[in-house]
Amino acid sequence: MKAVLFGATRGIGRSLARLMAERGDALVLLGRDADALQRSAADLSARGAAQVATAPCDLAEPAGFAAALAAAATALGDFDTVVLSAAEFARPEQLTGDPAATARLVTVNFANSVAFLEAARARLLARGGGTLCIFSSVAGDRARQQTGLYGATKAALSHYAESTDLRDRPRGLRVVLVKPGFVHTGMTAGLPAPPFAGEPDAVAARVLTAIDRGWPVVHAPAIWRVIMLAVRALPRAVLRRLAF
Amino acid sequence: MTLLSGWGRVPTVEGDERLGENLADVCRFASLSRGLGRSYGDASLPARPDAIVAGTRLGDRVVAFDRETGVLRAEAGFRLEQLEHLARPAGWVSPVSPGTRHVTLGGMVASDVHGKNHHVAGCIGAYVQALRVQLADGSEREIGPEREPELFAATLGGMGLTCHILEVELRLLAIARPWIVTEEQTFPDLPSLVAALREASRHWPYTVAWVDALTRGRHLGRGVVITGRWAEAHEAPATAPTQARTATVPFDLPAWVLGRTSVRAFDELFYWAHHWRPRRGLVHPDLFFYPLDGIRHWNRLYGTGGFVQHQCVLPVGDDDRVITRYFETLTRLGGASFLTVLKDCGAEGRGLLSFPKPGLSVALDVPMRGAATQALVDELNRHVIEAGGRIYLAKDALTRAADFAAMEPRLAAFDAVRRTWDPERRLRSALSVRLFGDAP
Repeated sequence: MKAVLFGATRGIGRSLARLMAERGDALVLLGRDADALQRSAADLSARGAAQVATAPCDLAEPAGFAAALAAAATALGDFDTVVLSAAEFARPEQLTGDPAATARLVTVNFANSVAFLEAARARLLARGGGTLCIFSSVAGDRARQQTGLYGATKAALSHYAESTDLRDRPRGLRVVLVKPGFVHTGMTAGLPAPPFAGEPDAVAARVLTAIDRGWPVVHAPAIWRVIMLAVRALPRAVLRRLAF
Repeated sequence: MTLLSGWGRVPTVEGDERLGENLADVCRFASLSRGLGRSYGDASLPARPDAIVAGTRLGDRVVAFDRETGVLRAEAGFRLEQLEHLARPAGWVSPVSPGTRHVTLGGMVASDVHGKNHHVAGCIGAYVQALRVQLADGSEREIGPEREPELFAATLGGMGLTCHILEVELRLLAIARPWIVTEEQTFPDLPSLVAALREASRHWPYTVAWVDALTRGRHLGRGVVITGRWAEAHEAPATAPTQARTATVPFDLPAWVLGRTSVRAFDELFYWAHHWRPRRGLVHPDLFFYPLDGIRHWNRLYGTGGFVQHQCVLPVGDDDRVITRYFETLTRLGGASFLTVLKDCGAEGRGLLSFPKPGLSVALDVPMRGAATQALVDELNRHVIEAGGRIYLAKDALTRAADFAAMEPRLAAFDAVRRTWDPERRLRSALSVRLFGDAP
């Protein structure tokens, strides 16, 4: 596999990149922190990646997306898989009274994510297809007070992923939508962990299976598929009482 | 704020643990680094609740791994489990393995861990070529046996009190095959067990003895000597054995589960199982080195009250009466130790506060029962002091400062290093408040 990974210096993306490296995939890492990219590239090389290159790319700077993907194509010759796991997170109270932060969260997690995915999609379609793996969240499956706007951006991203899959799968582009449940990563550090919280390595293993087999939607850990079925069925009056 | 505790879950405190991928950033405002919290007592806990603890476990990248020379450099949060996964298929293993693979490199260095091969191989510190550290003033430095040797020696086994460890460079051990050749034999009493352990250590690189610490009288200290070595090329297949399955203790068990009766039953079963059907031949290295890792969260077996471990080294020569008296005290005070392990230690390493020294190390687990357990530890420590031994800080939760000072003539030298590199004692822990006289 020749994969472009945006957001693989951290969290589940880091674990996923390691699994790909161990089986000898060729990788290009995109990210905004040059030092973090270099460190992760060294880590993945040591773990067996056939090739690791890096290119600067900031989800807040859509003007750089085309250049980053072009750099990735040059480094790998060609690529067949693009994974977007970069995103931002903010609790509602962190956004209160801060319109700039609010706009940034919506822009980065949805508008700019879509802009990046559209650029990646165009490249994959031009070569006859491939896999576009998009990290959304179970927070997008049902509204909650505590995940607020973050959940809304993920709901929108899930919607985009589904529509893209419906349109492009016949043309050879497989869209894999990842909906992680609560996973212990740097992003969720300090948040109260619910039951069935997952570990990034195990979650990444499931995501890689989904990528290899082209599953359109994957919940990880798997139990979250059942949990979300139940949560989505709850009437709003119940959600209100649970202060969910 | 999150609940923090060591593996024994005594004590437990509300603490401010900060996690992040960039260790230098995470450590900058922290008073202590903490890996996976596998030290048993309060070594990884903050000096006071509002003191920031740097959680290093997300800083787990390999910096470089040379498959020709076996030199590995990784961030401090890199886990032994990851090391085995990465290096073992390439013919390299950690030169020293403690009782669990769920530890970070930083934690291994800060505790200067030892293993079943201590009598020939020493502690992990003997294989550390270099450390990248962050000093108390926030600056970074590369240290090693030749670069800032005093700070380096104090950091090996220094329980995180000298500096934050950011990266560790380690010389690994070459193996021919990823399998262990093992032998086990039972012995009916303490003198024969200790003699057999010593004899085994003359022939085997890995030795340890499990002791039944409950049986009194004639069979006091009966047990099993377990020995092992890496398989030679002609003895085992080149392919690694498949990963052993693990079970999980899903929740805290009530305290009676590991009460006296059940521990006695376990000890009987364990002894006779090994007596009638000793395991010989090839085994998975994880089963040999980390048998308890097969049960995730095994500390829950002790219930919410937690447990304490007492590990000491008694510098006994051929006189085993010291060790017999130690076990008599243990059984007299009713300490029903579930896991009691004996290990003969080799020479002292270069770590300024490293635990092992020539003699016998005894490690035992007892459930925490408040004042009675404190009294037991105090009593056991009297034996340690009389024998000229010392305790293992990575296991300790209850030793008193005066007792520790009586065991540890090296404390002044350690304090001197801290004065040089951290005059304000910004780096502190609950353990250093309890034993080193630090302000909370």
